[in-house]
Amino acid sequence: MSKPKIATTSLAGCFGCHMSLLDIDERILKLIELVDFDKSPIDDIKEFTGRCAIGLIEGGCANEDNVHVLQEFRKHCDILVAVGDCAIMGDIPAMRNNIPLKECLEEAYLNGPSIHNPEKVMPNDKELPLCLDRVYPCHEVVKIDYSLPGCPPGADTIWQALVALLNNKPLELPYELIKYD
Amino acid sequence: MSENLQSEIKAICQGSGNDRTKMMDIVRAVQEKFGQVSSEAMDIIAKFVNCHRVEVEGIVSFYTFLSKNPKGKVIIRLCNDVVDKMAGVGAVADAFKKELSIDFGQTTTDGKITLEYTPCIGMCDQAPAALINDEVITYLSTDKVKEIVADIKKHYDPSKLKHRLGDGNNADELVHSCVHNGLRKKGPVIFADYKSKAGLKNALAVSPVEIINVVKAARLRGRGGAGFPTGMKWQFTRAAVGEKKFILCNADEGEPGTFKDRVILTERADMLFEGMAIGGYAIGAQAGILYLRGEYAYLIKLLEKILKDRRYKNLLGKDILGKKGFNFDITIQMGAGAYICGEETALISSCEGLRGDPKTRPPFPVQKGYLGYPTAVNNVETLCCATRILEMGAAWFAETGSKGSPGTKLLSVSGDCKQPGVYELPFGIKVKDLLKEVGAEDAQAVLVGGPSGQIIGPNDYNRTICYDDLATGGAVIVFGSERDMVEIATEYMEFFVEENCGYCTPCRVGNVLLKKHLDKILAGKGEPQDLDALQELGESIKTTSRCGLGQTSPNPVLTTLKNFRQSYEKKVKKSPDGMQPTFDIRKALADAEKIANRQSVMFTK
Repeated sequence: MSKPKIATTSLAGCFGCHMSLLDIDERILKLIELVDFDKSPIDDIKEFTGRCAIGLIEGGCANEDNVHVLQEFRKHCDILVAVGDCAIMGDIPAMRNNIPLKECLEEAYLNGPSIHNPEKVMPNDKELPLCLDRVYPCHEVVKIDYSLPGCPPGADTIWQALVALLNNKPLELPYELIKYD
Repeated sequence: MSENLQSEIKAICQGSGNDRTKMMDIVRAVQEKFGQVSSEAMDIIAKFVNCHRVEVEGIVSFYTFLSKNPKGKVIIRLCNDVVDKMAGVGAVADAFKKELSIDFGQTTTDGKITLEYTPCIGMCDQAPAALINDEVITYLSTDKVKEIVADIKKHYDPSKLKHRLGDGNNADELVHSCVHNGLRKKGPVIFADYKSKAGLKNALAVSPVEIINVVKAARLRGRGGAGFPTGMKWQFTRAAVGEKKFILCNADEGEPGTFKDRVILTERADMLFEGMAIGGYAIGAQAGILYLRGEYAYLIKLLEKILKDRRYKNLLGKDILGKKGFNFDITIQMGAGAYICGEETALISSCEGLRGDPKTRPPFPVQKGYLGYPTAVNNVETLCCATRILEMGAAWFAETGSKGSPGTKLLSVSGDCKQPGVYELPFGIKVKDLLKEVGAEDAQAVLVGGPSGQIIGPNDYNRTICYDDLATGGAVIVFGSERDMVEIATEYMEFFVEENCGYCTPCRVGNVLLKKHLDKILAGKGEPQDLDALQELGESIKTTSRCGLGQTSPNPVLTTLKNFRQSYEKKVKKSPDGMQPTFDIRKALADAEKIANRQSVMFTK
């Protein structure tokens, strides 16, 4: 029987959660025995090659590409896990949510104190995905099955969650793995 | 202007002895005089009462009847409680908008009339109703709105509004109100004839401890809804160490659908003040405060006159009824439109001239209450019961009602029934018998105890109204078969979102989240897991909130989820593709498409 597949992506996140995943260290060899990686920055596969058992989502949705990728994940994965606080509630990227988009862009590209842009050009290549009016946590865009809190969730937390999901066992997260003070 | 403001506010502050704890009176007076408590006024008040400006601003921003921005000379506050909505307040609201050419929350361009919504003003049996400054206008209709607006525009003085007069003391020249008592059934305790001073005389003939024993023997429990034994409360307050003690009467009946105290205050104020004096004697207090909700300001002249009469008759004041050393008097503290002030510790905060924030317990008010002194806070109806118990005896009182809940209870019934109004009935009455009495046997649902109580369906109509089964502060709201119970629950959540004090997170944030889930369900975008989320969230709010508001605010949702589950289930469906039906990509991209001046390629229409 072929191994179950997992896919991962980083939307409006900082790749910190992916770094945390790599922090499982030598256990990654064990993980490879358990699963195959499909679409993921880890193996640089860009498009889904088939049905996946688990999708790990880092980051919320800040632009249309994020939405598109997240919806693709929902279509291809049996279980979606929001990994980290950005995916769960938008977090730092969502700090722009109380400021109108136009003001945000102008501050970033025209008026910010460290900006040198004498021609006052706003980046607007049609290849660039359009920003959303605000940053959405993943569960506001698609149905999310599980959430792993943390910024980032520790490697052990991610490991425990993956092993539990893959073995269809109840997840045990001792207090040390989910305390963040 | 500024100098005028300075001297006027100086006079107001001096009138209250420049006393920080009289802040409610000061800001209310400034609001009345200038139609606002401006930023400048706050500075001046802070200077005269010697407090920080932010303390003044905190109060002004807390209470609905106070405002930093100027309001019209005439403020029309239309009640948009659920019962008023059922009685067709929508058309009335449209008529006001049309006649005044402004929307709700706005003031006419000449600055003379402000139009606002307000939650329950205690007139559910005469809905739709509105407050026009302090005047109450009931049974509104679109035609009546036309007349009122035309009349107001002649003099801009609501006290000159022409209207018919209500019954009983509502027709008294000091009240001069169109409110009807709506007293449908008189019982032996509250509304049977009462001879002034009968109870007080018996009380003063015995010792304070004996009074407490009589009240205990009568097994009197608090009528506000929580049902704490009154005798025990008085005993604790008496036993607590304190230089002074206070008895406070909670006349802030803000629980939507409750209007029984309105009738007591109109017709039995004498009995109430007597109860306060008896309580004062029992606990060893020399002063009592009646905390009157801002919405009942139309009654204040009558209440003041009754207090004056009682002082004249030596029923208040020094050596009451010749009892050497028993000095007791009562003052009235007006509220300013805040539901939370019905919670006893919030009420104490408000009396102390603070924002109406609940206090942390322990210490309980009986140990450290008003200004840090031992304080008994009792409901209006409870104090009247105490008066009657002292007149008639504990055994007589305990004969009526049920074992755990002796005596009668005032029930204020409104909604889809033939005879809305106030009923004094023995505790232990079955819901179905009550429904028969009020003409609503085919009711789909009954809300017992107001939104913080329970919404029950026909399966529960055999249950009884008493502390051990369905407890209520008095509110009973009936919903007919055509009402959508999910919509009703949502309306009540909106009320709690508006009225929570904002202090603790579970209540401030949790209620908003409950409302969001309900809105999603009502918009037809709900999924089965939303029902689980409602249940889980509601339970968390109840367990983790700081005061009674948050500990009960999820009840409309939780009890309808339990008793009217099918109404919810009909509205939710599983999303076929795992996408969130509430996410609207077009709306999310609209700003960016406008700024970039191009359409999305990824998401074409």
